[in-house]
Amino acid sequence: MKAKKVFARAYIWLLLVVLYAPIVFIAVFSFTEAKSLGNWTGFSMQLYRNLFGGAMQNSSALVSAVQNTLLIALAASVVATLLGTLAAIGIFNMKGKKRQTMTFLNNIPMINPDIITGVSLFLLFVFLHISQGYLTVILAHITFCTPYVVLNVLPKLSQMNPNVYEAALDLGATPAQALRKVLFPALRPGMISGFILSFTMSLDDFAVTFFTRGTIGLDTLSTYIYADARKGGLTPELKPLMTILFLLVLVVLLVINMRQSKNNEKE
Amino acid sequence: MPKNPIIQIEHLSKSFGDKQVLSDINLYVRKGEFITLLGPSGCGKTTLLRMLGGFTAPDSGRILLEGKDISDVPPYRRPLNTVFQRYALFPHLDVYDNVAFGLKLQKVPEADIEKRVKKVLKLVSMSDYEDRDVNSLSGGQQQRVAIARALINQPRVLLLDEPLAALDLKMRKDMQIELKEMHRKLGITFIYVTHDQEEALTLSDTIVVMNEGKIQQIGTPIDIYNEPVNAFVADFIGDSNILNGKMFRDRRVAFIKHEFDCVDEGFGENVSVDVVVRPEDIYFTNDPAKCQFTAKVNSCTFKGVHYEMWVDTDTGYELMIQDYDPYPVGSEVMLYIDPDDIQVMKKERRFNAFPARVTGEGRVMFLDTEFECNTEGFAVDEAVTATVRFEKVDLLDHEEEADLTGNVVFILYKGDHYHLTVKTETGENIWVDTNDIWDKGDFVGIKILPADIKLVKAESGDE
Amino acid sequence: MNKRTGWALPYFIFLVLFVVLPLLLIVVYALQDGSGHFTLANLGKFFTDRDSLSTFALSIEVAIENTVLCILIGYPAAYILADKNLNRSAVTVVLFILPMWINALMRTLATAELFTMAGVQLGKGTLLFGMCYDYLPFMIYPIYNQLNKMDKSYAEAAQDLGATPREVFRKVTLPLSMPGVWSGVMMVFMPTVSTFAISEFLTNNKIKLFGTIIQENINNSMWNYGAALSLVMLIIIAITTMLQKEEPDES
Repeated sequence: MKAKKVFARAYIWLLLVVLYAPIVFIAVFSFTEAKSLGNWTGFSMQLYRNLFGGAMQNSSALVSAVQNTLLIALAASVVATLLGTLAAIGIFNMKGKKRQTMTFLNNIPMINPDIITGVSLFLLFVFLHISQGYLTVILAHITFCTPYVVLNVLPKLSQMNPNVYEAALDLGATPAQALRKVLFPALRPGMISGFILSFTMSLDDFAVTFFTRGTIGLDTLSTYIYADARKGGLTPELKPLMTILFLLVLVVLLVINMRQSKNNEKE
Repeated sequence: MPKNPIIQIEHLSKSFGDKQVLSDINLYVRKGEFITLLGPSGCGKTTLLRMLGGFTAPDSGRILLEGKDISDVPPYRRPLNTVFQRYALFPHLDVYDNVAFGLKLQKVPEADIEKRVKKVLKLVSMSDYEDRDVNSLSGGQQQRVAIARALINQPRVLLLDEPLAALDLKMRKDMQIELKEMHRKLGITFIYVTHDQEEALTLSDTIVVMNEGKIQQIGTPIDIYNEPVNAFVADFIGDSNILNGKMFRDRRVAFIKHEFDCVDEGFGENVSVDVVVRPEDIYFTNDPAKCQFTAKVNSCTFKGVHYEMWVDTDTGYELMIQDYDPYPVGSEVMLYIDPDDIQVMKKERRFNAFPARVTGEGRVMFLDTEFECNTEGFAVDEAVTATVRFEKVDLLDHEEEADLTGNVVFILYKGDHYHLTVKTETGENIWVDTNDIWDKGDFVGIKILPADIKLVKAESGDE
Repeated sequence: MNKRTGWALPYFIFLVLFVVLPLLLIVVYALQDGSGHFTLANLGKFFTDRDSLSTFALSIEVAIENTVLCILIGYPAAYILADKNLNRSAVTVVLFILPMWINALMRTLATAELFTMAGVQLGKGTLLFGMCYDYLPFMIYPIYNQLNKMDKSYAEAAQDLGATPREVFRKVTLPLSMPGVWSGVMMVFMPTVSTFAISEFLTNNKIKLFGTIIQENINNSMWNYGAALSLVMLIIIAITTMLQKEEPDES
């Protein structure tokens, strides 16, 4: 029994080490000045200073790519959360054929690989003569984010006592008040996880943005990195940027997790 | 009808799709009474309560509250409040905020709210629980909070939808007493829905027994128990022996192939009837002069307060008897029944009668199925009534060879055979007498032989 | 409460406009020539062009290998993570998902750099390693979820009926975790076929996958041929989805 446990532990840790090697690699080489990865020219905080001091080539391009990424992710996930929550409530109250159809349609964007979503939307915008830019990228991101919001909210609806909404009406709440005071609070955990998922998927997206951003020079972090790498030299300041982003995410996730397990213990 | 009923329900009907859940319900509720809607699941009682609360709209008919039609008033403007099945407390609010919910919506000043919440929590004995998370409460405690939340709006009528169904037996008994006490103290009208006949008998001033969307009987608990109007009510309320009988004349009835004196009159002479005898109303005797019939005990089970015995009568019927003293299995016993304890009921039907149409020489269509039978004397396309005796309907456990299929929805043991109600796929009822044992819900094939179908002129319905 | 079904209407319209219509447009463009006339030439070109076909075959091959690799490595990991005796901390699970929050392109670039630094030739081997590295979390997570929500009493019942641990795994745990494996496969297989940037980085542009030629055609304004290639992928997706739908019914 004990040997099995040791083996299992070792296996998990080995996988984690491999999984994190590139990230650690980036983090380590963010503390040296060399342009390319893997080239150690002594410890330096120069890249961090460049990043925050703005003393770097192309600094405005990188900064605007980061801004675009965050802006697009925020817009897309806010809309996706609202649209998806309303849709989940609607779907939950549907039966039979109608519900099947909606579930099927909702599944399509999740099953489709990014490139299909990207190409198909590209053709749509060409077909409709919509000039591509912020709006088209945001619309495209809403397309692949909303299904996940629906999937996160639906279980919350089925966990909910079906009479809770009616109980609010019974006690004198108008439908709008019942929605705001009872329904949304009950769905909030699902909406939040749907939002977080949307936000991270939007942040990480490359292919869909690539096909729908048009030719106005709109860059997100992903397309910026892609273009940069194709040109040959990766902007060195990306290394400290990635390191900081990773540490931020790490801290946020660990805090959320600890709070969750604390809550679980309480119950 | 009393002078000023608080609630009047007039010709209320509702169907979901092609399923009729309520048909032509008429009912009034007196101010301050405790009225219970009682029936098996699917009888329409919850739908009726939801219409009172305003959550389901009737297809036709109306609901009057103190004389005013409230059929179109939304739930949040009705001065009625509901205690929901499984409580429906708001999981994100604590006890205090759950109870205060209605008052906060009315913008009642905070100080008033606090006073009233404290008062109502005291009424349901939950005074020290104000700050508790509702998810951490036991079922009984959640129940009390749900009642407090509904009562704080001072409703004219409190609607309770199986409020005790999720509690364990001991808790349920305690809460029954408390509910009764609360009702007495507050003087509010309670409309209570349950499928538990014992609960209904304990709590109610008036019981409304429902089945298949129709009211079967309205009465006090004692009326309903002692004088059920039909076999369904007799079977649903308490234990009973329900038997086929024949009324010879006033106050003289025959069943289990014996003749008895009874107290019922006005059925006519030589009329088929149903007879109900409660198991505690069949008495043992050692006096041959008192003995009306003899039987052999074939089982005896201790039930706590009494013994439950099944006996086979000398004429081949099985009866249930409850008595404080046990009689050994196998012993021969002498039995009698008081005339007072024999409840005679008009039979709802004596045979199956279906509206039918002659579709050709020797062919007739009813229950959406074409049957062969003798059509002599009837023209093709003529509307007729097809009659089939209960015992002539065959039930099969497979679909092949069957004329049509259905589900067993109701079973009545009549001492020497079972009387089943079978619902066909198209939603019509066929009644069947059989000696075979079926369970409620069984899927059955139905077969009727050509010789057993008798056609009569439409509407007459007589054999 | 029938009225509330209407709340899905905005999303329904959105789905028709941004999911159904675009997919139809792929079909329409695939079956048109540059001036809008109906033609099968685009599809015909794919099925006769040796380069496209061999890229396609290679992509499927890499995708199958990558999927199998992900299952072989990911299943044991998911199993260990879901086993309360072997792993008590939920944080370990989070650690497996965490890398997904870092930009995939950046991680891929770093992986490629690591290989270069270690002196490994960039080629099919590094491609497979990098793909597996990118998609492993997508395999582990659904299997972990499936195993985690599985009723432990099934395994106990099997043991009670005399199954050895090995038999319990083969006859109970494995069949019951198959839906998780299938959703993992869906999340790994098609994306692998269609990936473009990742394969370029990991092989220094030496190996092209199907996604890359779709992207090249679209970018060079050969929309009709690009659409035809996309249509081929859509058909494969439809087939695998149907296969997946049938699979869980058998167990």
